[in-house]
Amino acid sequence: MVSTFKQALDSGDFVITSEVGPPKGTNLEKMNHHLHLLHDKVTALNVTDHQSSVMRMPSIAGCLAVLEHGGVPILQMTCRDRNRLALQADLMFAYSRGVRDVLCLTGDAVPVGDHKEGKGVFDLDSVQLLKTIRLLESGKDLGGNELDGAVEFCAGAIVTPEAQPIEPQLAKFEKKVEAGAEFFQTQAVYDLDNYAKFMSYARKFPVKILAGIVLLSSARMAKYMTENVPGIFVPQPLIDELSRAPKGEALRVGIEIAGRMIAALKREKLCDGVHIMAINKEEVVPDIIAAAGL
Amino acid sequence: MKSITKQKPYTEVSQLLEGLDRVCVVGCGTCATTTKTGGIEEVTAMKERLQADGKLVTGFLVVPTACDEMTGEMESINAEAFRNAQSILVMSCALGVQRIASYLGRPVIPALDTMFIGMEMSEGSFFETCVQCGQCILGYTSGICPLAACHKGLLNGPCGGTNKGMCEVDKEKDCAFTLIYNRLKEQGRLELMSAYHPPKNHHVTLKPKSFKIST
Repeated sequence: MVSTFKQALDSGDFVITSEVGPPKGTNLEKMNHHLHLLHDKVTALNVTDHQSSVMRMPSIAGCLAVLEHGGVPILQMTCRDRNRLALQADLMFAYSRGVRDVLCLTGDAVPVGDHKEGKGVFDLDSVQLLKTIRLLESGKDLGGNELDGAVEFCAGAIVTPEAQPIEPQLAKFEKKVEAGAEFFQTQAVYDLDNYAKFMSYARKFPVKILAGIVLLSSARMAKYMTENVPGIFVPQPLIDELSRAPKGEALRVGIEIAGRMIAALKREKLCDGVHIMAINKEEVVPDIIAAAGL
Repeated sequence: MKSITKQKPYTEVSQLLEGLDRVCVVGCGTCATTTKTGGIEEVTAMKERLQADGKLVTGFLVVPTACDEMTGEMESINAEAFRNAQSILVMSCALGVQRIASYLGRPVIPALDTMFIGMEMSEGSFFETCVQCGQCILGYTSGICPLAACHKGLLNGPCGGTNKGMCEVDKEKDCAFTLIYNRLKEQGRLELMSAYHPPKNHHVTLKPKSFKIST
């Protein structure tokens, strides 16, 4: 069974992914609700891996739930919580249960999360994890042993087009491509001119790029992200647009902005698709897609 | 290279010394003196605090280098102070504590917490610069070790948390890979940014690590 996500990427169609987070606790109701709403509206759904280093149910559990809903999961795997044995083990497990797409991430630092005294593992980094996937596909593990049954994944990674300075970020991007990344989902982009510059560089590489769209739900949130989230810069005109929204209408304006940006990215052929992140507002993702005219 | 220490909270020291009323205080003339955690001033202050708490301080001294095997000699020179003590309160890094504990058959109490091996980059500022991995990569990274200088100890480049050249975890700290990039650029050796580093071998020597000079 090949990855349907990979087929979609290769088809040249404009691909839409979004993401869901597993619950903190055993109550699956909210995640299942999001899966019910989203599974057939997007090509694939990322399942986050203890996002922001906040302990939750594992991403593989969320991926199984996506499959149960008939959707296509992208397993987010960070290097923060597992050593090389556990990472390989989880990749084999995921493959055996029908997961075909993986996003390799370093993972946020432990102290930014809710278990600040925990030990960050980082036995592998994201580049090494990508290479590990390619190795497992060859039927061998990192210890040099033969596997009884190999994996086969469409493997991706992330890149931050607005990182400052950008050069070390691009050097790592190229290492990820070299290590076997087939697709990239970017950190949120708002400045399309700047993003276009990144894309004119990235187009030189044989990878698919999905531009990151983070829903701005209020002017305050937009300002907070610009000031605090690395690699995210929301231009002032967008913040002003959100500020002007009548009371209770900021979210609607945010949805319009996201839709408008997706439409522009598609129209100007600036990417192969988009990855929509509507943090804690997953239920409006269909509205964003509709606002984009897709 | 220095062993960087901080003083334990006095309440913890006091708890560790419960029931041990005769105490000899030992400081270290090397690292703990530089970090102002176990030099003569701190040892004297500790002596006074213990006395104020009703302890009998049988002696107090600062040995030249507490982790050195010569520390054994100090035992005989200060025999009476040690003999009369029920416990030795050591104001050095854990190396010194373990050295002294190996000589004296009585409770040895650490007064300091050992945080890292580091360098003094400017007066009074110490930074972890080496994690003793046993496979030095400084030749590829312009003399800056990302295992020490990057919060996550990454090898192949910055994470997404790098923010205007600073680290997400500590906004005052430079991103290791920005530093490495800038220095390699100055040296005209940017091609080294593209070098792939494979996963580390964490068993260059088995833990606990040991080494014998071959003869």
